[in-house]
Amino acid sequence: MRQVDRDTCMHCSACVGTCPFDAITLFDMHIVFNERCVDCGMCDRVCPVGAISPIPGTERMRPKLKVPA
Amino acid sequence: MVEKHEYEVLVVGGGPGGSCAARAAASAGLKTLMIEKRQEIGTPVRCGEGIATAWLNQIGLKPGKEWIANEVDGARIFAPNEQYVTLDAAQAGNETGFVVERDMFDKFLAREAIRAGSDVWVKTNALSLIFEGGVPVGVNARKLNKDMEIRAPIIIAADGFESRVGLWAGIKTQLKPSDIEACLQYRLVGVDCDVRYNDFYIGENAAPGGYLWVFPKGPGEANVGIGVSLKKSPGIATAKTYLDAWIKRHPGYAKGKSIEDVAGAVSVSQPLKRTTANGVMLVGDAARLVDPLTGGGVANACISGQYAGEVAKSAWEAHDFSEKFLQLYERRWRAELEEQLMRNFMAKETLLKMSDETINKVVDALQGVTFTKVTTLEILKAVQAKYPEVVQEFEEMLAG
Repeated sequence: MRQVDRDTCMHCSACVGTCPFDAITLFDMHIVFNERCVDCGMCDRVCPVGAISPIPGTERMRPKLKVPA
Repeated sequence: MVEKHEYEVLVVGGGPGGSCAARAAASAGLKTLMIEKRQEIGTPVRCGEGIATAWLNQIGLKPGKEWIANEVDGARIFAPNEQYVTLDAAQAGNETGFVVERDMFDKFLAREAIRAGSDVWVKTNALSLIFEGGVPVGVNARKLNKDMEIRAPIIIAADGFESRVGLWAGIKTQLKPSDIEACLQYRLVGVDCDVRYNDFYIGENAAPGGYLWVFPKGPGEANVGIGVSLKKSPGIATAKTYLDAWIKRHPGYAKGKSIEDVAGAVSVSQPLKRTTANGVMLVGDAARLVDPLTGGGVANACISGQYAGEVAKSAWEAHDFSEKFLQLYERRWRAELEEQLMRNFMAKETLLKMSDETINKVVDALQGVTFTKVTTLEILKAVQAKYPEVVQEFEEMLAG
């Protein structure tokens, strides 16, 4: 599972468009993850300011799926 | 209680592509609605604000004083060793031109859509497509605190990099890491910049797999931003790390103060294989029509938006909203834009593979060379004359 540092987040939607699983939505000023998240980590990497990170201890809760090429 | 609304064309997204689509559809006499999830058209800005000028005329737009911050004479490309080559506007294929105020520019285009007769709703979020018999017939949306069904036989997806409508319609819009650039920009006041040029810095030290830009908004003020390839960003906040480091190394910019921070991402891919579905057309960034070399998306968004609006009219005349009919739109944008997009995609792929040393040699070889128009061939010729071994490296790259 992922967490968003809301003080750092600039609500730019880079993560929304990058997510291969349509697991992220921007509601106004809030980035929300849904149940489709598989912890692939693409959102961590694309976030220009580094506001997204795994919640420690939850990274292996879901099976790791391959990012579609 | 779910509110119900009916339109002939629904445009999702209030950026340049959406406004141009709504303007074209409404001009053709169609009952058109454009929805934008943000509370204000044009903000937050998510762009370097450099746009070319040649295309404006093509879709009947006139430059407006209120949205032009600065008009530049050309571009300077800085190699990793910061030796540079200057391209005037004609040489750069008119890819340079205005540095704009994007918030004002987007509002200008939205006004054009409204003047043409389109409805515009802000703070209205598209949540999902409504399907009937497997065909999209509208969207479920939320406007302020009200849920609503907005029905329209034609939905134009102008929802930008996020592009969710296309995904809901079954179009594969996902991008590979090598086709995504993470971007960050500061609008710096109190800097030493040359207002005559848009500057581009390339190389691993400046911006891995992308470039760093300085677009002057006026004397002493510039957008200083960066795009880094996701493929070359295994860590966290790569864009910010590299941008901050570059600014620190350049005292003329380090003394500037930011009055606006801009974040975002942009696709630098080939255009989508498929940009239509039954009742749906994707335009602009949503269709991945961003120029893969420059990362510029505004011109192609406006042009494709215009085409989609015009094709919506034809579809209504034929009363045919099938994917097969809407492919008329796809054929039009491909005829106009695809060749350039593919060429620049190849150029980007080549640039991604070039070492800093090679880029230094290319820029060095171009010193004192005058071209009428910059093409890959012209560049290769100049490089061949000074560094034949580099041209061989290119040939191997292109072959392999």
